[in-house]
Amino acid sequence: MKNAVGRDIPDLLLQDGRSVFRGSNFMDGCIYTKPGPTVRAAVKPQASKVLENIRTAINRCGLKNGMTVSFHHHFRDGDYIVNMVMREIEAMGIGDITIAASSLGDAHDPVAAMIERGVVTGIQTSGIRGKIGDAVSNGSLKNIAILRSHGGRVRAIERGEVHIDVAFIGAPTSDEYGNARGKGGKSDCGVLSYSVADARYADHVVVITDTLVPFPNLPPSIDGVDVDYVVVVDEIGDPARIASQALRVTQDPRDLMMAENCARVMASTPYFKDGFSFQSGAGGPSLAVNRFLESMMVERGIKMQWALGGITKPTVDLLNKGLINCVVDTQDFDAAAVCSVHNHPRHYEISTSQYANPMNKGAFVNKLDFVVLAALEIDVDFNVNVVTGSDGVLRGAPGGHPDAASGAKCTIIVTPLVRGRIPTVCDRVVTVTTPGESIDVLVTDYGIAVNPARQDLVSAITSAGIPITAVEVLKERAYSIVGVPDDVEFGDRVVAVMEARDGTLLDVVRQVKKFE
Amino acid sequence: MEIKSEATAGTLESSDAQVTIEPSDGGIYFELSSSVMNQYGRQIRNVVLETLKNLEVESAKIKVVDRGALDSTIKARVECAVFRSSGWEGAIPWRGLVK
Repeated sequence: MKNAVGRDIPDLLLQDGRSVFRGSNFMDGCIYTKPGPTVRAAVKPQASKVLENIRTAINRCGLKNGMTVSFHHHFRDGDYIVNMVMREIEAMGIGDITIAASSLGDAHDPVAAMIERGVVTGIQTSGIRGKIGDAVSNGSLKNIAILRSHGGRVRAIERGEVHIDVAFIGAPTSDEYGNARGKGGKSDCGVLSYSVADARYADHVVVITDTLVPFPNLPPSIDGVDVDYVVVVDEIGDPARIASQALRVTQDPRDLMMAENCARVMASTPYFKDGFSFQSGAGGPSLAVNRFLESMMVERGIKMQWALGGITKPTVDLLNKGLINCVVDTQDFDAAAVCSVHNHPRHYEISTSQYANPMNKGAFVNKLDFVVLAALEIDVDFNVNVVTGSDGVLRGAPGGHPDAASGAKCTIIVTPLVRGRIPTVCDRVVTVTTPGESIDVLVTDYGIAVNPARQDLVSAITSAGIPITAVEVLKERAYSIVGVPDDVEFGDRVVAVMEARDGTLLDVVRQVKKFE
Repeated sequence: MEIKSEATAGTLESSDAQVTIEPSDGGIYFELSSSVMNQYGRQIRNVVLETLKNLEVESAKIKVVDRGALDSTIKARVECAVFRSSGWEGAIPWRGLVK
């Protein structure tokens, strides 16, 4: 059955209450009951939650074949927790496990072999890269992988679409009662936003730390009332890969030109006024937008009320210069962001549900004026792909892209027209991760296009003297440089589904076919 | 043109292609690996074979390791490899064999 972005969803997938994507706001007003976890009372005042090792914790939680375990990705490429826990699970002879992670990356390559061995048979994640991406795309995973945005993941947990049996939460610091924080210790990651829903909705919660601190560890990101056990290990991650020391701001003139044009587009809209709100992605040109915004804000004498999202140094700098009133944080990408969330009184940590769950009643993304994001591909219907490469293999992350794009009043994609030989602007993206109805403006190095659904933005931008063109013209320009690409060929088997934020099916990813 | 010895042109840098050509016992043997194989493999093959035809090369083993080069780059690398291999000593015949 065709969905609202024109993708054919196989009928076989449309069971157990699953339906096709019908538009971003289709589920408005839908009634649902939140599930409650089945938990074990910890009544004895003198009992200890601290266990000697991970194996004992897995035993005590009663982890069995076929269960679901969860992880967060605040340690990014420096994460040791997923591999540490999964190795122990495999060594104990447990298999048929579903991993429900907020994201998986190159650090988790060993999981690919566990997929081949049947230890891991299900993957639910917001990011999939490296060898895991290859394994899933090659059809090695027994069950169909589920890809969700950050907000969509929390929705799935809070609506009971995924039930977590055991949540393993790596924490930079914890006290012996499981009050855990992103602050301090050897592997300081700033915040633990992605784990909040896991702690509240999993049957069993295990905090794993390398730095046990005196009770009480306040204020906790993960509340001890939800935690069954605490395990102390030597190292939970590689600090150098958790928070980059200094994320280099691009010096590439092409990136800077696009960033400046993006800032000019923002400044031409009615939303660019005192008290506006903003989120930017962590890609080169998106980050550089902050630099150009600064001078435009100073020039107009206006300030930003709040900045949202994964936080980096450029945002922290604007906060410290008094150009942003407050920063609302779900992830820290560099040392400056980690330091700021611990020390600045108006830099706040929120949960991922607060950030972006489309089915709660107060997601911050809905209050955004602007978001600036990147894209691997964007097509003439403004649909964006950020999850499959040009060869059809899974190697990306929807992350918060669909969430912020859907919530913001003005969503801008900044991307070069071509990357190497790959056209970024194309006829039809390989996989739709963010529907075109959420995208308002496309800024490339060869011109700016505005979604025809936003005639208000067309007049605002052209009135400011900024030339715009049609997205089809940009696509033709790209094809004239690199040639018209052949369609990527896939096998028949569906290996992953891309859920829309509301849980309906936006697209499917099929097994790759070797090119001959 | 006659392929007399093994010759190479191009690099393995991004957006370039490395072309290696050597004599064969008759006919064209074509081997390609490319970072954009799925979307442009067919097109690269056509450009390489077309370029060889223009140069009147009828017998060669040609190997292309492509890193996302544009057609014009691939064509230039193939032409260069052929000229090197054939021991061509005169000026490059622009607008003649090299179109």
